[in-house]
Amino acid sequence: MWDWTFTFEILPVLARAAIMTVEATALGFVIAATLGLVLASIRLAFPAAGVVVTIFVELIRSTPLLIQIFFLYFVLPKAGIVLDAFTAGVAAIGIHYAAYCSEVYRAGFENVPRGQWEASIALNLSPWNTFKDIILPQALPPVVPALGNYLIALFKETPLLSAIAVLELMQTAKNIGSETFRYTEPVTLVGVFFLVMSLVSAGIIRMLESWLQRR
Amino acid sequence: MNDMPMVRFENVSKRYGALTVLDNLNLDIGRGEKVSIIGPSGSGKTTVLRMLMTLEAINDGVLWVDGEPMTHMMQNGKLVPATTKHMRRIRAKIGMVFQSFNLFPHMTAMGNCIEAPITVLGMKRSEAEERAAELLDMVGLSAKKDHYPSQLSGGQQQRVAIARALAMRPKIMLFDEVTSALDPELVGEVLQVIRKIGREHDLTMLMVTHQMGFAKEFSDRVCFFYQGKICEQGAPAEIFGNPKNERTRQFLNAVLEAG
Repeated sequence: MWDWTFTFEILPVLARAAIMTVEATALGFVIAATLGLVLASIRLAFPAAGVVVTIFVELIRSTPLLIQIFFLYFVLPKAGIVLDAFTAGVAAIGIHYAAYCSEVYRAGFENVPRGQWEASIALNLSPWNTFKDIILPQALPPVVPALGNYLIALFKETPLLSAIAVLELMQTAKNIGSETFRYTEPVTLVGVFFLVMSLVSAGIIRMLESWLQRR
Repeated sequence: MNDMPMVRFENVSKRYGALTVLDNLNLDIGRGEKVSIIGPSGSGKTTVLRMLMTLEAINDGVLWVDGEPMTHMMQNGKLVPATTKHMRRIRAKIGMVFQSFNLFPHMTAMGNCIEAPITVLGMKRSEAEERAAELLDMVGLSAKKDHYPSQLSGGQQQRVAIARALAMRPKIMLFDEVTSALDPELVGEVLQVIRKIGREHDLTMLMVTHQMGFAKEFSDRVCFFYQGKICEQGAPAEIFGNPKNERTRQFLNAVLEAG
């Protein structure tokens, strides 16, 4: 049933794919966390522009990620924007999770007491300094756990990139399977990899959380 | 210009929807004058301070600070609504201490006192720290300068808040029920500090308070607010000793009975 020789044979190929998966996750999450913060900040700073942001966020959250990946990879070229599979995939994942992250940041901003804004006005701080020095440092720590959950969710969605043939783990496992007609080992290894990485990430997030709380 | 009062409310009104919180208020506060505002809750007394700090927009009238309009500005000889920039320039003259302290919880006592001097006044860090250390010393908290607000008692937090406001070198200080959130045994230390800055700094002070004894002893003038209007005002001896208005009498009786 389980062939260890075969397992060790495919391990190097899968390891390369694992690196690709981790890269896609890291880049995707950087986009998600940054763009999400930008979206939430726009909504905070310009309530008038908030409607546009809300529409964008709802549009993204209410359509499947797979469709968004296809859209960036297959439809955008018709408009003259050609992205390679990895870029399109990472951008789609990043933008998708940015929509979720922006809601997390918004909750964080709303959590900062009104008195903090009022004290900033009383001290005549500029809006930018108020945001950067007073509001953001208080809004971020409480939302780290929620952002961490999205990091893990995003990580587990990277197999969707196999749909546009990015050589991440799932695509590689599929390729091995179709070449050798053996799926047990590659698919199991991929599952174990996701399990271990998710657990490790969750542990790191918990450590970060308790470090932030201690401060 | 210098014969202008430090603060002038000129026909100022404030409404929330159908509710009129302040009704055509006219009030002058002289340079260096210490004025206490008393009155039942909902009488609009806190709103007076909040409008002066630009935390609330006014609906009618003009607010003058140190001889210049704050809510408005002169343009071609006419008063037009002020830009944010204009408002920021004028409100730099005003500091405020809040009922709920509102210290920045992620900064130490020292951090709280140097943030605005560095970012707003452009002071060098060393200079800001030196000045903040003096102020923390004045409020009796030199030993606590590296403590975070959560490590301080309410009275200590409020004293840091006073030092923080003074670090911006305001000409006017607003105190909004600054002892109301404190345990009774901590009220004294905060009032002590306010007395001290009243003596040592050349400040115009405007305070909303429930501490009648303190208002009586400390202020030059007491204003009794009722339903969005100044019902009666005068020297503390007058207001507390011989109130003319029936409302004032009722209010003082009720407060003194409770206190």
